[in-house]
Amino acid sequence: MHFELTPDQEQLRAGARELARSFADDYWAEKDQKGEFPWDFYNAFAEGGWLGIAIPTEFGGGGLGIAEASLLLEEIAASGAGMNGCSIMHLTIFGLNTIVKHGSPALQKEILPSAADGSLHVCFGVTEPNAGTDTTRITTFAEKVDGGYRINGRKVWITKAGDSQKMILIARTTKREESARPTDGMSLFLIDIDRKHIDLRAIPKMGRNAVSSYEVFIDNYFVPESARIGEEGKGFKYLLDGLNPERILLAHEALGIGRASLEKATRYAKERIVFDRPIGQNQGIAFPLAEAQIRLDAAELMARKAAWRYDQGLPCGPEANMAKWLCADAGFKAADQAIQTHGGMGYAREYHVERYFRESRIMRLAPVSQEMVLNYVSQHVLGLPKSY
Amino acid sequence: MNIVVTVKQVPDTWAEKKLDASDKTVDRKSVDNVMNEMDEYGVEEALKIKEAHGGEVTVVTMGPEKAVETIRKALSMGADKAVHLTDESLHGSDALATSAALAKVISTLSPDLIITSSEASDARGGVMGALLAERLGLPQLTQARKVTVDPGANKVSVERLADNGYALVEATLPAVVGVVEKINQPRYPSFKGIMAAKKKPLTKLSAADAGLDAGSVGLAGATSTVVDAQPAPPRQSGTIVKDEGDGGAKVAAFLAAQKLI
Repeated sequence: MHFELTPDQEQLRAGARELARSFADDYWAEKDQKGEFPWDFYNAFAEGGWLGIAIPTEFGGGGLGIAEASLLLEEIAASGAGMNGCSIMHLTIFGLNTIVKHGSPALQKEILPSAADGSLHVCFGVTEPNAGTDTTRITTFAEKVDGGYRINGRKVWITKAGDSQKMILIARTTKREESARPTDGMSLFLIDIDRKHIDLRAIPKMGRNAVSSYEVFIDNYFVPESARIGEEGKGFKYLLDGLNPERILLAHEALGIGRASLEKATRYAKERIVFDRPIGQNQGIAFPLAEAQIRLDAAELMARKAAWRYDQGLPCGPEANMAKWLCADAGFKAADQAIQTHGGMGYAREYHVERYFRESRIMRLAPVSQEMVLNYVSQHVLGLPKSY
Repeated sequence: MNIVVTVKQVPDTWAEKKLDASDKTVDRKSVDNVMNEMDEYGVEEALKIKEAHGGEVTVVTMGPEKAVETIRKALSMGADKAVHLTDESLHGSDALATSAALAKVISTLSPDLIITSSEASDARGGVMGALLAERLGLPQLTQARKVTVDPGANKVSVERLADNGYALVEATLPAVVGVVEKINQPRYPSFKGIMAAKKKPLTKLSAADAGLDAGSVGLAGATSTVVDAQPAPPRQSGTIVKDEGDGGAKVAAFLAAQKLI
């Protein structure tokens, strides 16, 4: 057993770090404040070929695993780009797994190369106003018609929909009450975001404001049968394939924000002189930062293990869930402590830690809430009765 | 164009640099090591010349095993191949010994153009370009802020940075060109560049492989000796200019004295 990254992973991490850090905190503060999509940053990573890191080589990608993709996103978050930097690309990195695994050759050829080079932006349409954690309650419906489907429904919290050309959409093709099991009767589609039939409304929100999330209204939208991914009725099963990698990647993003926070806090604690000495000399300042370091390092071990297991083809549900829980918790605590370390200045935008704090807060809600992770562990690891 | 570019692994620019207590060589073990930042400009310029005129870029470095990281970075940026001169006996080589070793390696590569940076951030000698040119018997164009190669006419011309502007100088090829950081904006290694780097040819040479005489390199062959070293004094507080109606003039005088204006 060893814990070292491979030389390749080290080089990739160094490369990602260097490119990500060429965009300063002020860049992100401005994008966040103005609500502007960070195109320069996106294009730099697209031109460097980073977006296809996990897409198979036969489609122009790098063919690497979730471990390498995780390092990339962690470094982006840790550079100060935070969730703004990660959210513009993590869907390209892991969201298209369903097409790699279940898409038709024609669909793969159409989508994957342009996703790998960054020219195609795809968003993910799963959650609905009355179906968040319980996906089986979705009501967006794709009715079978001659040559395809007619889709009606409403989605919510669809990140990047306004800057995407396509959406991977899950819709019912059989009503819940008519399906043998609640998880049956849903299908996945890859649809064009045709604004004649799809209305998008950005949701004003607490943080990560360079990248909008939307309410999506789909009205009488015809899509051809070729837009369906895989078999009809198996959409939920396909979706499940993506949950663990999503949790693993976002765990690393949370870790990255925690690292950025701790870096800022530590520097400030060394430089800020009060009562003729650096404030970091006070244990009241130093100990919580030391604790944040311990929590981040411990969470990192679980996140790396989850990624490693996924890439080895081993079951990784418990590890992916625990990694998400630990990293979200450690990242948020580090961000909170960074504000505390900065004192009143921590509340000022100029010091950036308030932005990290706002962004790290999302990680305790998404992609799965901390509470649902505890439910998962209670039920699937400890074997306790299901509580919901 | 067959271009050779020299690179060096140095302690991270921002790290506090120390000398090893036993032999007063640069302590490379207690700090992160990176490619000398100035060398990135050299690599970038070599790549640009290659892109314009075709050919091949060979990276040459001398340094411990770990210096292979710096080679890999240059290969990730787009260089084609590399030579790594590494041997315990080279430890402690001074500038003269290093230039002798590098010149020996470079001469076997028969380059049309050798690019160095103006200095490395560890020792800051800034003499390697000149030493190499002397040893190889080639013309040297240093402090270049712009390089123009004309392979047809077999010449290279540069804008050489001077205190009050620049001088246009040219030389026949092969030549040694030293570049400054004003010359370009080094590219970042791309994802594919990083993945491709490990498949590029890397020749590792020992001192014997390179035909170096053990006594002429390393601490044994050094012509200079570090007798004593002191840590840098803590930074002094700045100069305070009191404005008595002539503050602007005093500030201007200060800046002029520092050659900043």
